Amino acid sequence: MILELAGVTKTYGDVAVLRGIDLRVDEGELVAIVGPSGSGKSTLLHVMGTLERPSGGQVRIRGVDVAGLSDERLADVRARDIGFVFQQFFLSAHATAAENVADGMLYAGVDARTRRRRAAEALDRVGLAHRANFRPAKLSGGERQRVAIARALVGRPAIVLADEPTGNLDSATGGAIVTLLHELHASGATILVITHDHDLASRMPRQVQVLDGRIVGDSHATALR
Amino acid sequence: MRLRFADQARVASVGVRARKVRAFLSALGIAIGVAAIVAVLGLSSSSQAGLLAEIDRLGTNLLTASSGQSFSGDAAELPREAPARVGNLDAVESVAHTGDVTGAHVYRTPLIPAVSTNAIQVRAASLNLPSVVAAGMAQGRWLNEATATQPVAVLGATAAKRLGFERVTPGQRVWLGDQWFYVAGILEKAALASELDSSVLVGYPAAERHLNYVAIARGAAVAGPPSTLYVRAATEQVAGVQAVLAQTANPESPNEVDISQPSDALTARAAAEGAFDSLFLGLGVVALIVGAVGVANIMIISVLERRSEIGLRRALGATQRQVRTQFLAEAVLLTVLGGTAGVAAGMIATVVYAQNQGWRVVVPVEAWAGGIAAAVVIGAIAGLVPAVRAARLSPTEALRTV
Repeated sequence: MILELAGVTKTYGDVAVLRGIDLRVDEGELVAIVGPSGSGKSTLLHVMGTLERPSGGQVRIRGVDVAGLSDERLADVRARDIGFVFQQFFLSAHATAAENVADGMLYAGVDARTRRRRAAEALDRVGLAHRANFRPAKLSGGERQRVAIARALVGRPAIVLADEPTGNLDSATGGAIVTLLHELHASGATILVITHDHDLASRMPRQVQVLDGRIVGDSHATALR
Repeated sequence: MRLRFADQARVASVGVRARKVRAFLSALGIAIGVAAIVAVLGLSSSSQAGLLAEIDRLGTNLLTASSGQSFSGDAAELPREAPARVGNLDAVESVAHTGDVTGAHVYRTPLIPAVSTNAIQVRAASLNLPSVVAAGMAQGRWLNEATATQPVAVLGATAAKRLGFERVTPGQRVWLGDQWFYVAGILEKAALASELDSSVLVGYPAAERHLNYVAIARGAAVAGPPSTLYVRAATEQVAGVQAVLAQTANPESPNEVDISQPSDALTARAAAEGAFDSLFLGLGVVALIVGAVGVANIMIISVLERRSEIGLRRALGATQRQVRTQFLAEAVLLTVLGGTAGVAAGMIATVVYAQNQGWRVVVPVEAWAGGIAAAVVIGAIAGLVPAVRAARLSPTEALRTV
């Protein structure tokens, strides 16, 4: 079990954003969490990624309850076990693709030479080995998102959390990114995609529907039942 | 997980590299402040060193004894035998003397109106005067045994300028006491006997023969009397010589003799040299404070602009402490860059000016090390609030921007 949420709630003041989420993700899964905007899915991603602490319930990553961890230990969990992919890519404009990818391991205590080597491998894995020395400004939107995915993968995290990874891309480029996610899934990566796009979600092996802070449907659970 | 130093340095320089012009401008204030401080301290130390070297060259063992005033307020005279008596003191190495030829004035030509004396004093001088007061010749020659008896004059530096002499060519003359005197040479500025600068000097025999500068000794007219004695004393006995100089020069009325040590004035000047520094140091400190405010301002803007970078770094596993360190280090980097540039500029200013003045270049360690240290401290202070803000930013909030 890579990721396990049990009765997770999150409230901001009087507003309950997550109202008791139970979710288990196994190693090697490719899961879509789908829901309209305001359903709480982004908050769910932040809670799963330990960027936000839950108000109640338990979040376990690789079996470790993250509730009791200090800021330092949580940062360590993010550095080693979680890779993020964002809708806006968040690449550094002043660094090359390879440097951006290498920065994915900056805080994981890996020496610079290893980071460079692993960055080259990761870029190769997303099909951008020939763009290693390009700065983001010289890359297309799809290429930038591939760089961001390579950065998320470079540290071989337990799970990759992708927040609307195709949201800033046209449908053809977005489709290519989904294909890439499938390939990475096929080679063993655990990936969790958050989206409001049902078409995209329907192409994933497992879909979890979120509405008003609750899980209202889980294709995996249905299949199991 | 701690970042290695090389990584830390690279992360700290991200902002500086990304916005070079902004970094340059915000470091400029610090650079100006540090440059001002280093230059002021460097220049004052160098000029002090220059002055001390000058004092060293001139010697501090020169004393002067000049005729002062009598009790009744009249101008007093030194006895004609004063130089010889002072010269007999064991601790005295050499004695030179001048006599004020009060009646005579000097002009470039006889056509100049008599009132235009240019405030130039005519003095009779002993032949060893230049060596005793450590004044060299700027042009031409000093008097010798032969020319001292002839209508020949040597001009002080200022007197030469006032009379319009820049160089000495054979046959040049000045109109002195209603006759022509040939100009033999021009003295350099005499730092220990500045009264010589505005003087025209002639030999005692010439003063007696041509200018009627005579004293009565044992019923006969002889050249004299001397007005000022220049006394070189053995260095370790200057105080002793000073104590007995008045009695020795004029045993009958020692109170009519004024004693002074000309190097005192130079030493006092060296000590006073730093007095107006504080004004410029104050200006430098103001520039540093303004620079610090500028850096703090830029860092706060930088933190606001780079929220998404901060969010991303947190997502990649940066701790709050690492984010705080990053921005603190960036502020220190900015100010240290400025401080280093300022030290370089201040040193260059010092070297250029000091060499121009012929001084030895002295930049005190406190000046440049203090400049760099001040830059580090200012960076840490200016960067503290922005860095704490950056670290406190919640990662999700930081990522929500754009």
